[in-house]
Amino acid sequence: MANRDEIRSGLADILEEVAGVDKADVADEKSFTDELDVDSLSMVEVVVAAEEKFGVKIPDDEVPNLKTVGDAVSYIEKNAA
Amino acid sequence: MGDEHNVSGLLAGKRLLIAGILTDQSIAFSAAKIAQEEGAELVLTGYGRLSLVERIAKRLPKPVGDIIELDVTNPEHLDGLADRVREQVDGLDGVVHSIAFGPQSVMGGEFLNAKWDDVSTALQISTFSYQALAMACLPLMRPGGSIVGLTFDATTAWPVYDWMGVAKAGLESASRYLAMHLGKQGIRSNLVSAGPLRTMAAKSIPGFVEFEDAWQARAPLGWSLTDLEPAGRAICALLSDWFPATTGEVVHVDGGYHAVGA
Repeated sequence: MANRDEIRSGLADILEEVAGVDKADVADEKSFTDELDVDSLSMVEVVVAAEEKFGVKIPDDEVPNLKTVGDAVSYIEKNAA
Repeated sequence: MGDEHNVSGLLAGKRLLIAGILTDQSIAFSAAKIAQEEGAELVLTGYGRLSLVERIAKRLPKPVGDIIELDVTNPEHLDGLADRVREQVDGLDGVVHSIAFGPQSVMGGEFLNAKWDDVSTALQISTFSYQALAMACLPLMRPGGSIVGLTFDATTAWPVYDWMGVAKAGLESASRYLAMHLGKQGIRSNLVSAGPLRTMAAKSIPGFVEFEDAWQARAPLGWSLTDLEPAGRAICALLSDWFPATTGEVVHVDGGYHAVGA
């Protein structure tokens, strides 16, 4: 099971690849849409990539609750296989 | 179903082009999954985020070839489509058109304020592209071929759908004309008119939730906003040999909502 740092680092890799986000900008308090400029379609791909990378299912209804990097890290930490 | 060696499924041996998969909550994804389970071989096209379509395609039961980029407003993509498809299969028995787009300014109650530039975009991508995709694929098709598109019942006006509703009315007419013009070649054109489904396309329509509740309450069979399988199955049925004399038709997959007044 990955710890929070490993999950955050994995998410940063995905955000860089999918949405061109600078990995150095990825921190728990950062908002995906407002601060990292991840548009809604990019967010869909981030979610799909994260599901594969961490072996977790992130239901569509859950995605609006994942406003910040920290929200996503916590969700993955709690729900990863 | 789902057998790697399935030669007896509804679509056994059929070669299908499916345009319009974006996520695994796409109607086109449901059709693709069921088609593979029923023995079809698929060629997929994608638009915009091809990397997302590639990731999603990996969630299908069987592997598919490279995703072909297809922007239906790009004449080069359309002209080159048949050759790109031939790199994967030697012909097509069916085509699924699951493509629509309208700028936000033409929906969400903005009917009276929408401008032609934006409306024309909606019509080109949601209406005209049905003919454009059919013609791009026609060189690969033979008698018995089937083209299936997706509408949202355009016989009445809906809250918030606005010019997309007009585009769908045009699509329903275009499908009838395609049926008329391709009938001599033995090729069918039909549409599936699904009830509201929470796809990416639906989520991008402001106020779409307004008629979700009405649908669930009124549809005689009830209605699931998240179950894509009924629409996927209907698409596969229309692609199959089991509707050999049906063309220019709109098949409602809506829990029966269209049939009742209140």
